Amino acid sequence: MVLLAISRPSLASEATGNGTEHTITTLPIVIWKWEEIHFPYLVALWVLVSWLCKLVFQLNPCLTRVIPESGLLICIGWVLGGIIYGADKVQTFRLQPFTFFFYLLPQIVLDAGYSMPNKLFFGNLGAILVYAVIGTCWNAATLGLALWGCWLGGAMGNIDTGLLQLLLFGSLIAAVDPVAVIAVFEEVHVNEVLYILVFGESLLNDGVTVVLFNVFDAFVSLGGAQIDAVEIIKGIISFFVVAVGGSLVGVVFALLISLLTRCTKNIQIIEPGFIFVLGYLSYLTAEMLSLSAILSCTFCGVCCQKYINANMDERSVSTVRSTMKVFANGSETIIFVFLGISAIDPSIWVWNTAFILLTLLFIFVFRFIGVFLLTWILNQYRLVPLDFIDQLVMGYGGLRGAVAYGLVLLLDENKYKEKKLMISTTLIVVYFTVMLQGITMKPLVTWLKVKRAAVSERTLAEKIQNRTFDHMLVAIEDISGQIGDNYMRDKWNNFEEKWLYWLLMTPIARKSCDPIFNIFHKLNIKDATSYVKEGERRGSLAFVRNENKADVDFNKKFGADFSEMIRDSVPSVCLDMHEQDLKMRESEDFDAHHLLQQHLYKGRKQHRHRYSRKQLEVNKDEHEVQEIFQRTMRSRLESFKSAKMGVAPPKKISKHLKKDQPQKVREACTFSSFPLVFITIFLEFSEGDSASGYEAAGGSFPMRAYRGAGIVNPAFMAEMDTMDPMPPMQQIPSWLAETEVDSSNMVPSQRAQLRLPWTPSNLRRLAPLCLSTHSNDSFLLADSPATQEGISELPPPPPPQDGQGQGTHK
Amino acid sequence: MGSTNSTLSKIPNVEELMEETGFTPAHIVRLYDRFEALDKEKTGHLRPQDFGAINRLAMNPIGDRIIGAFFSPGQETVDFHSFVRILAHFRPADKKHPKDPSMPEPVNSRTSKLKFAFQLYDQDKDGKISRAELLQVLRSMLEMQVTEEQLESIADRTIQEADLDNDDAISFEEFRKVPLGRARRLTYQHGPLQHSAPRILSQPHRK
Repeated sequence: MVLLAISRPSLASEATGNGTEHTITTLPIVIWKWEEIHFPYLVALWVLVSWLCKLVFQLNPCLTRVIPESGLLICIGWVLGGIIYGADKVQTFRLQPFTFFFYLLPQIVLDAGYSMPNKLFFGNLGAILVYAVIGTCWNAATLGLALWGCWLGGAMGNIDTGLLQLLLFGSLIAAVDPVAVIAVFEEVHVNEVLYILVFGESLLNDGVTVVLFNVFDAFVSLGGAQIDAVEIIKGIISFFVVAVGGSLVGVVFALLISLLTRCTKNIQIIEPGFIFVLGYLSYLTAEMLSLSAILSCTFCGVCCQKYINANMDERSVSTVRSTMKVFANGSETIIFVFLGISAIDPSIWVWNTAFILLTLLFIFVFRFIGVFLLTWILNQYRLVPLDFIDQLVMGYGGLRGAVAYGLVLLLDENKYKEKKLMISTTLIVVYFTVMLQGITMKPLVTWLKVKRAAVSERTLAEKIQNRTFDHMLVAIEDISGQIGDNYMRDKWNNFEEKWLYWLLMTPIARKSCDPIFNIFHKLNIKDATSYVKEGERRGSLAFVRNENKADVDFNKKFGADFSEMIRDSVPSVCLDMHEQDLKMRESEDFDAHHLLQQHLYKGRKQHRHRYSRKQLEVNKDEHEVQEIFQRTMRSRLESFKSAKMGVAPPKKISKHLKKDQPQKVREACTFSSFPLVFITIFLEFSEGDSASGYEAAGGSFPMRAYRGAGIVNPAFMAEMDTMDPMPPMQQIPSWLAETEVDSSNMVPSQRAQLRLPWTPSNLRRLAPLCLSTHSNDSFLLADSPATQEGISELPPPPPPQDGQGQGTHK
Repeated sequence: MGSTNSTLSKIPNVEELMEETGFTPAHIVRLYDRFEALDKEKTGHLRPQDFGAINRLAMNPIGDRIIGAFFSPGQETVDFHSFVRILAHFRPADKKHPKDPSMPEPVNSRTSKLKFAFQLYDQDKDGKISRAELLQVLRSMLEMQVTEEQLESIADRTIQEADLDNDDAISFEEFRKVPLGRARRLTYQHGPLQHSAPRILSQPHRK
């Protein structure tokens, strides 16, 4: 992109300082120093004002539900612009392209890359590229040509433009804008695939936009006569160079960041800073080389997230995440406010109804045509076709935004006589898409789905049935076809494990890259913090140590919302035995419907759109999924044990991460890694906020790591002492080796103790949280009736799988 | 496609299979690839632990039951044909074939899907869903905060609602009669390369 000198606005009405110019005659006590500091002061003030705007309309929640935030910010921008204009009679503050492209955009893109769900992104990369490249070219070409046709036909009156200029205009307005897409789709929860397609497209089409912009700009400079085949071929080549080059720059910087974080163990204080600086440098470097800066920044974030999240200390990771969100959100706010302000400036407005209306029309129409066409082609090759509704939403979601505005401001007035017209049109288009399409997006999405919804479930049986079917379908889908076993993906995973981990991650990180360990670790931390919280709430941590009266009230833990609603009818989850008995009597007539509503596990397809810009995580889904997982594993263990009780302890428990020990795994007897894997996975697993997904892996690691790990959960350390230090590969979880109650020394997770069903009927399960050497694992208590049932009914116990192929990284 | 044909030739009795299940050759090939990918030890059969290797199934509250449903009673393994037959229940419906009442039910009819679901509940295969079986399913589908009493109550009420002949169990006929309120397309999207959440595109189903 062409750099323009900043034309810094200066306030016309400011008071001029007097200190520096006159010789002083007496000691001034206080000087008015506006002149010196006015620039940073204004910047800070504007940032503050923009962010305050966000606060202002949050006060009125019904407004935000209807109009997307971005729209509201633009409106406030109009108001502010009006005020300033009224005061100064000239628009002193505008969104300067340089400021936009170099100070406001990079962090948004970096944040987008860093929090990109990688699995989804790379899984759909083909489709994304098709939409980004071919779709944008199509949009640009058709728009330019259509406008040219109309111009030739005289519909626009007398404007001084030509085919190339119109093509240029087409190219800059054709691109779907990442900022606008994020802003609007954030609030509309569409399914993951749809989201990633639109979002990915908006990011990757920068490559095309840059190329087209430069190419047409150059063509306009050269003049129409000079364009021959050579130039056109050069244009095509430049596309590849720009796009691929930009991405490579990003990847290089990602490598740099990863390597750097490998060494920054001792400077954890400023470790997070490196990410930002290097991310920004990747943007600037690509810009310097006239490659695509957005692509560079995106790929930098995308490629490095896994490694830096593993390498850095947790606090650094959360610092990075939070700070990125602050920057990105803040920039977005500022951008939209200034988009509004910039409009209140009569000097830029040139109104040509035909041009504007035609542009709007063509954008819309050609976007839809493009989407439908491309999707039709893609659906031939895609194994999960995109259906009509998704295509509609995708077409409708082609929002234009600030990037187009920034680009149009970069045009040279002398070459483009109609620059003002283009600016005006761009602004109108941006407003139209952001506000109108933004406002109607949510209702549209809801309407398209609601239209087909039938009567709500009236009976319990229906509800249960429906939910069963949900789960069933999801399961069948998983069984029949899933990303995991893709050849390419396996190859990449192997390569990654072999080389990249070694290169880019610290040794500790490499070990703990094992997701089981990660989970285990997180679990312990969570347990510890929740205990402390509970203790503080109750005034002291003494309850933790009280063996007899386990009356920790876990009501709070599981969400106050539902408990408030059903508090009277459903007994709260209180472990106080006496209270419990009484309450049970009263609760005979609770609302079964309500219960089902609240407590049925949602099917996976209802977990939508976790990739939120405004929130850092979505906890509820993870919770549920973890719980299901735990239970599945427990029940598998159950069935396994019940079938193989009394048999000699397994020879080989561990599951090997490295591929170079396949033989051992193969020879593993039937008692090998399976139950251990599941016991340890038992605890929890996370979908991976860094999108690394669940990977079944190392059985023995958590054991070993638990001992050696720095995470010491003091309340539970007592359990550890009794554990024998067995060689890692042969560590047998004691509840596997013996089926007796007293065997377990090592409890995989205190959470497991907590999470066991809190039914008052089985008091033994509700043993206190620590210090007992009993196993509190209810499934070891063979006398419990519920589990007996469970044992007999489960499918034939699955003997353990060999660990080999578990590199199914999703 | 060349690779399709070569893969197809590896599968014994593939025409019969296609005829029976209605899958296209491309589908069969994909399923075969999937089968082979799951069958890590290349025995030609799948065992329960091969299914267990599918991580996402562990996230499914009734995942294990579904795995069980693939295995006929008494069998320890499932071969490719059975694999495909079961998945065929969920094949998207043919738009081309007209509904011919004299022909036997197509394998992916709504009834066969319901039968499959019924199997999930009815573990002891006596043709009825007893209260205990229902309780188990409920237990697995409800979060852990729900107490036994509540579960039992729900199970009782459900049986009350659905049980028409008052035998305290739900037979298949009664099971069928439960309307699926949110009409749903009881199919899945299959494909080894892409994975997306299935849509609930629905036209109201009439029985």
